[in-house]
Amino acid sequence: MSAAADVVFRAKDVVKTYGGTRALKGVNFDVHRGKVTTLFGENGAGKSTLMKILSGVETPTTGTIELEGEVVEFASSVEARERRISIIHQELSLAPNLNVRDNIFMGREIRNAVGIDFAEEERQTRELMTGLEESIDPLTLVADLRLGQQQIVEIARALSIDARILIMDEPTSALSATEVEVLFTVIRDLTSKGVSIVYISHHLEEALEISDFAVVLRDGSITATAPASEIDLEWIVRQMVGENFDLGEPPSGYEFGDVALSIENVSVADVENPERSIVDGLSLDVRAGEIVCIYGLMGAGRTELLEAVAGRVRISGGRVLKKGKDMSHLSLAQRIASGLALVPEDRQRDGLVQTMSVGTNLSLASIGTFVRGLFLSSEKEKGLIQELIRDVRVKTSSGDAPIGSLSGGNQQKVVIGKMLATNPDVILLDEPSRGIDVGAKAEVFRLLAERAAAGLAVVYSTSEVNECLSIAHRIIVMSRGRIAAEFSSDISKEEIMAASGEAVVA
Amino acid sequence: MFANGFDLGALLLQGRAFFALIAIIVFFSILSPNYFTVSNILTMSSHVAVYALLSIGMLLVILNGGIDLSVGSTLGLSGIVAGALMTGVPLHAFGITLYPSVWVVVIVSCAVGALIGFVNGVLVSRFKVAPFVATLGMLYVVRGVALLMTNGLTYNNLGGDAALGNTGFDWLGFDRILNIPVGVLVMIAVAIVASVLLNRSVFGRWLYASGGNERAAELSGVPVKRVKVRVYVISGVCAAIAGLILASELTSASPTAGNSYELTAIAAVVIGGASLAGGRGNVRGTLLGAFVIGFLSDGLVIIGVSAYWQTVFTGAVIVLAVLLNAVQYKNRKKAPKGIDPTTSSPLTSAPTDVAPVPEKITG
Repeated sequence: MSAAADVVFRAKDVVKTYGGTRALKGVNFDVHRGKVTTLFGENGAGKSTLMKILSGVETPTTGTIELEGEVVEFASSVEARERRISIIHQELSLAPNLNVRDNIFMGREIRNAVGIDFAEEERQTRELMTGLEESIDPLTLVADLRLGQQQIVEIARALSIDARILIMDEPTSALSATEVEVLFTVIRDLTSKGVSIVYISHHLEEALEISDFAVVLRDGSITATAPASEIDLEWIVRQMVGENFDLGEPPSGYEFGDVALSIENVSVADVENPERSIVDGLSLDVRAGEIVCIYGLMGAGRTELLEAVAGRVRISGGRVLKKGKDMSHLSLAQRIASGLALVPEDRQRDGLVQTMSVGTNLSLASIGTFVRGLFLSSEKEKGLIQELIRDVRVKTSSGDAPIGSLSGGNQQKVVIGKMLATNPDVILLDEPSRGIDVGAKAEVFRLLAERAAAGLAVVYSTSEVNECLSIAHRIIVMSRGRIAAEFSSDISKEEIMAASGEAVVA
Repeated sequence: MFANGFDLGALLLQGRAFFALIAIIVFFSILSPNYFTVSNILTMSSHVAVYALLSIGMLLVILNGGIDLSVGSTLGLSGIVAGALMTGVPLHAFGITLYPSVWVVVIVSCAVGALIGFVNGVLVSRFKVAPFVATLGMLYVVRGVALLMTNGLTYNNLGGDAALGNTGFDWLGFDRILNIPVGVLVMIAVAIVASVLLNRSVFGRWLYASGGNERAAELSGVPVKRVKVRVYVISGVCAAIAGLILASELTSASPTAGNSYELTAIAAVVIGGASLAGGRGNVRGTLLGAFVIGFLSDGLVIIGVSAYWQTVFTGAVIVLAVLLNAVQYKNRKKAPKGIDPTTSSPLTSAPTDVAPVPEKITG
């Protein structure tokens, strides 16, 4: 069945390291001719890294890539494209200021004697759109398309290069069910013509429907490979999740306090489409000392919910109360001052000031509290910084070290410590474990558990099901802006994933 | 041995503005015996004072990640406002002419500078106009107002009249305390205040934070908009003070005074090692930068180099300074890259499968 001749494209013993982190630990990955090979794995398992290596965006630290049995080295994605390997990126990479036609032929415009042959480009674009059963005009600006249509354009662009290997990284995240059906028809049509597809999706069931081969990646290693006909969803989930690394358990031995945070019927409108609500009339109460985990797929509205509660984005309906006090009309800074703090998802972009030291980053949010007269009290500040470094266990040479000298996990602890220094009653953490290693994850969770036992109300979001089952007393599954299900901590991973619409639909 | 060599390089790089100043002083002292004398140093310093005041205001704006192109015009208008007040404000309704005393003149001029800065700050923070564009607009508006106020003419004789009780305007530019020109003392005082503000006040910390990463600062509860408005106000006031000193030195106020000084101020800040991206820089460096520019151009005058060559040299110094800044900040940036695999760029690092803003992709 999987004879060597079948394999058209192959990653052999591929290792990829970023600094000290091994994102891929010797991966062997085969792409079969004219088949759909699906790569399953949780966030951070290394799927996107592997795809970037296959498509020439990144080069492997060690190991080789073989195309038709011949070792190839791509210096860039352009070289990969010249070998007819095409990728649809997870993040859209279109120029919104250009029209559909110009986006599709960006970088490889069709030329004629006087310049670009727009008529021919337009004709080909129309042909592609017909193939995808879409009525998008080639001359429409990409900015004017809705997200799903933009994804179609992205797909059309990948198709337009007449690829022999087509890598699709989450191609359906913004597509409607009918659009997904059309895409699958197109995929089957392509495979029948001998095009090999590498497919990645969080929607396991959907992915299994189109797959010929399933490969599961976990923590940078391939854990299982099987023909799709021999496996089921349960098998995939089991392989994906694997043995649970102990991320702690819910702190116990104390009673929860009063309701600390009360989210009442909160809605957040979609900026791009005000008709739609990203968070749709969601209500949730969190008590002092309680840890609530919000689990959901991309686009479920977790980030928007947390940002709305923290005051970063405007809510279009409902209200937010902290200890019974209405916070809805307070600014973000006022909410922090009154004890409601948010640890943002992207620590590089939103969490850290890269030009400052570890210490000044730690004291930034609480700096107003150690003013003596007009000036900062440097002894008080130094004391607080020392205390925080010890408390949140930041591994640093000193408070004066540049923030960039810390590892990702320690940087995350700085961001959390900074907000804890404001003495909040409620702390919201958006994906606090993103991009940090397992050991650091466990430490972050232990820290949160300690604070919860001392009366802090903790709400954190995650897209990794393992982390729901660590310290959370209660697990909220969000889907399409609403609470799809609510579980206590003794639930199984499969049930959580099912409720999010990720796996088995009951 | 290698370590020693490296340290020397790092030291030279760190203190480059200082070493450049020493080199300039040594070079011109060799060429002209008149260069390194107390009187010449003081004269040159009073020239530098005007630039330095503009530069300190500019430093705050640049630390915030902005730029203030309107300071040269503000300097000019400040002088014109002072000139108008000194020569008398006719109140036609009462048939009298008002001659405000000098301290009123100073306060009104500074208030005008603050107002211009406030408009800049509001345009940039509330209306999200790019700092370059907002302050470029104000550059023209303010210059235009100064020209309108005098019809393009210059106010001469700002000495005042003892009979009218408004003498003393030349104090700022002419008088000396302990043989040091008042203008230089003002510069030192402003530099100390600015330095304390940056290092010891909450505002200073907020300024560095919002210049380094505005989103992170905002999410930490820093009032980034208020900080922004304040830095432009301070820059406007600094420019107004510089305008007063210049008008006082010349005992005349020209509506075209300070033309293109904003560029000199930016150059001084850059030579002083501040990053135009914001978040990095200090008052000491900026002062050194102003002295480098001032001492260089005055030295060239003293040894009799043509004014055209002065322009060329000044330009070369600026380019060299920016080049060295790039070297310095590139070295700093490299260090974290090796250690932290999760920088924000999705293509070069982040070994996760999470898109930068996953929730924005909705189904």
